[in-house]
Amino acid sequence: MIPSIRRSATARLVYGLYIAAFFVYLFAPLVVVAVFAFNDSRFPSPPWQGFTLDWFVGDEPGRLGLFHDPALLRSIGVSLKVAFFVTLLSVSAGTANAFLLERGRFPGKGVLYVMMLWPLVIPGVILGISILLFSSNLANFIDDRYGIEVGFLRPGISLVVLGQFAFITSITTTIVLSRLKKFDFSLEEAALNLGATRAEALATVTLPFLKPAILGAAIVALLMSFENFNTTLMLVGSESPLTIHMYGMMREGTTPVVNAVSLLLILGSGLLAALAAIAASDRTR
Amino acid sequence: MPSANRSDLEIRSLTKRFADFVAVDDVSFTVPDGSFFSILGPSGCGKTTLMRMIAGFLREDSGDIFVAGRSIAGLAPNHRPVSMIFQHLALFPMMSVGENIAYGLKRRRVAKAEIAARVTTMLDRVGLPGAADKRIDQLSGGQKQRVAIARSLVLEPDLLLLDEPLGALDLKLREHMKVELKELQAEIGTTFVYITHDQSEALVMSDKVAVMNAGRFEQIGTPRELYYEPATAFVAGFVGNSNGWSGTVETIADGTARIVTDTGLGLAATAMGPLAAGAAVRVFVRPEAIHLALDEDEVAGLDNRFTGRVERVLFDGANSSVLVANPGWAEPVTVLLPQTSRFRGLDAGTQVRLGWDAGQAKCFGARS
Amino acid sequence: MRSEGRLALWLLLSPALLWLTLLIVLPHVDMVILALSERVRPRVYEFGFGNFAEFFKEPLYWHTFGRTVAFSLLATLATFLVAFPTAYYIAKLMRGRAKSLAFIACLLPFWVSELVRTLGWIILLRETGVVSTLLLDLGITGGRVEFLYNDAAILVGLVYSSLLFMVVPLVTSLDTLDDSMIEAGYDLGGNGFDVLREIVVPHAVPGILSGSIVVFMLTLGNYVTPTLLGGKNSLWFTEQIYNQFITRFNWQLGSAFGILLLVASSGIVWAGLKLSRQSLGTVIGR
Repeated sequence: MIPSIRRSATARLVYGLYIAAFFVYLFAPLVVVAVFAFNDSRFPSPPWQGFTLDWFVGDEPGRLGLFHDPALLRSIGVSLKVAFFVTLLSVSAGTANAFLLERGRFPGKGVLYVMMLWPLVIPGVILGISILLFSSNLANFIDDRYGIEVGFLRPGISLVVLGQFAFITSITTTIVLSRLKKFDFSLEEAALNLGATRAEALATVTLPFLKPAILGAAIVALLMSFENFNTTLMLVGSESPLTIHMYGMMREGTTPVVNAVSLLLILGSGLLAALAAIAASDRTR
Repeated sequence: MPSANRSDLEIRSLTKRFADFVAVDDVSFTVPDGSFFSILGPSGCGKTTLMRMIAGFLREDSGDIFVAGRSIAGLAPNHRPVSMIFQHLALFPMMSVGENIAYGLKRRRVAKAEIAARVTTMLDRVGLPGAADKRIDQLSGGQKQRVAIARSLVLEPDLLLLDEPLGALDLKLREHMKVELKELQAEIGTTFVYITHDQSEALVMSDKVAVMNAGRFEQIGTPRELYYEPATAFVAGFVGNSNGWSGTVETIADGTARIVTDTGLGLAATAMGPLAAGAAVRVFVRPEAIHLALDEDEVAGLDNRFTGRVERVLFDGANSSVLVANPGWAEPVTVLLPQTSRFRGLDAGTQVRLGWDAGQAKCFGARS
Repeated sequence: MRSEGRLALWLLLSPALLWLTLLIVLPHVDMVILALSERVRPRVYEFGFGNFAEFFKEPLYWHTFGRTVAFSLLATLATFLVAFPTAYYIAKLMRGRAKSLAFIACLLPFWVSELVRTLGWIILLRETGVVSTLLLDLGITGGRVEFLYNDAAILVGLVYSSLLFMVVPLVTSLDTLDDSMIEAGYDLGGNGFDVLREIVVPHAVPGILSGSIVVFMLTLGNYVTPTLLGGKNSLWFTEQIYNQFITRFNWQLGSAFGILLLVASSGIVWAGLKLSRQSLGTVIGR
């Protein structure tokens, strides 16, 4: 069935309806989340009780809005902190890895490349528990042997950062690498030929060329970190990031404040996605 | 140790090996100040390796490089007074035309106002006034070429290296840029060292051409010398079109050799260099040196005379030629078609006479 | 120059080696060691396969494992069936702007957290939810219906969260199918079904396989969707792992479970790559 092959009107109608249904299926969950963020009801479900902004700005007990809910705000803060470090680390390491894979000449490079992709195949839960037990065993060992308690090896923000870094770095590496592969090495030679030192050539020619990819990788890393649940669940300590906090709220039943947070997440992701698209379109330059 | 005559580039016994392969084999030459010097050779002959050693991207195994009388062999690429035009130009795509040209000046910490002034002057000079704010992808092929040259020349290098920069252009533009490059070089007087595998580029533009093969220079000379007085079989075969035969010297007297080709044909040719009877040789005759005739009398006085049948007429205006076949030849002989009315009706199958003097045929000892 | 190059190489190599050794290789080695430690007395462990024996002895464990694998295969098949008509429509029947818009529309929901999408399904499917209310108001059902906490709900959620990973490779591979091949199929007397079976699907096989590999892998390792949409009856293996680790604090058994899941996941990925003759880089690198 392609435009040049005629089909019956019924067949086309049925196909058209299927596509419409598909997109309804795709967007219905997001639409209801957004709509019920404004429902003047204690539960995020029908019936519609009228429009309210309480779930964003309300400050009465029982109708606590997002901006007055200290636990929620704290969890957003934790998520931001984690995302910041994960982005910084994974983009730096990813860029270094890209240079290593593209420029380095050493035995075992092919194996290393496959190893770098492997974290994406490991289920997030497994990645989480393996890091949890390794760091705990290490911390116990250090405690037994030297009597020193190494706090950052115990469940908490530092482990969450490490756990997310472990697989997000695979993604940042592939993003930066695919851009670096398109780099014409003679540009760097031209810079040297025009009097630049190696460091200057890197800073003035190669890195500006990589900038869209580095920016794109940073956005993806930020989103992935902010939204990660599986790996984080296993490594979290007393301070919960947003997704863990939301999971708790959803399990126990919650007011539409969770919809309000979700709406913000939708808008935030949309904004970042648009930014990433702009960064990507800049690549054609 | 500067040499007596001022030269911008002097190469002494330069050698570069890659594993067992000798890419550049003990090459020495001198390029006079302000001249246009080309290195011509087939791909893989070592010309790019030679150029990358001069630019400093490759370290030589032995030998020395002098620019303006000073050895630069130990210097990093960014400290050499040598600029290079890359094969694909290597213009920085994320910078404007002006930023590209200013790049080298910025690295030298030249004052901002002076950079702006010199960029403007340079753009005028290469015929692109006011193009400083354009993006690289807005330029045509020829304009990119000029920006690349401007980017290098603004640094006032002693020497400009050009690595087949016309290769990526289409035929028309390439013909045009040949003339333009030559004029630009004559105008600014910087020494150009131009690398190419295209003999027409080398012959049209250069003051002197070095023909390179298998890591060595076969001959250095003016374009005319290379064409009319090739020093080796390789040069005779590579520069310009030639008909070639392999054969053995039968007798040799007064510089003229009698040769029997491998297919049993007798030829008289001028011996280039010392040759003895029994030596294996290659014989070359240019298509325009062969006299094409319809009657035997017209070629009567010539040393080599043959009868053949026109196999094909290759019409190309003033460059038209005829392929003439003879049962005794392994391959048909190419003959330039004279632009006279007599040959206008020449067709495949016509019987023709060919003739040339021994002086027009050159024979070289074949390398074993 | 040479020593400088070596230094640079080691500087670039060190983050990669630290990352892969400390966060990937050693933790997994540790997990294997732990999984092979049998408890003989309280606080005393010996090498042995006891944890794996425990897995096979307890029906709940291997039942959950088998169910998770089977369910993941089912979800992969369902995702393919849902995604294929849409991918075909986008790749073959749409042109220009509309096409790229539709393609982007397919990607958009997946920039949003899985938790948010699952919340959407909860609001839609629960007893007091949108679907139930709608059906009641329309008079189709006599009372409220609970659509949540059953296998169908889990399937709907799993297919939903996997769609992106199926649609993208399908569209990409269908895009390279020349329209004239389809025309030729009809021209040579085939009907719509023949053309689909003999021309379109075989051409899309690399896309189908790479999409299926990723979907299966992600479904098997999913945690949020089964636990939230399936509730207590979800019986998902990742939940079992979580329970062993966090609730029951039996890390030895949890590690053994982790290895079983990892082997199942990697095994299927490996088999899929072998079957489609693709490399990990092309499947994941998208």
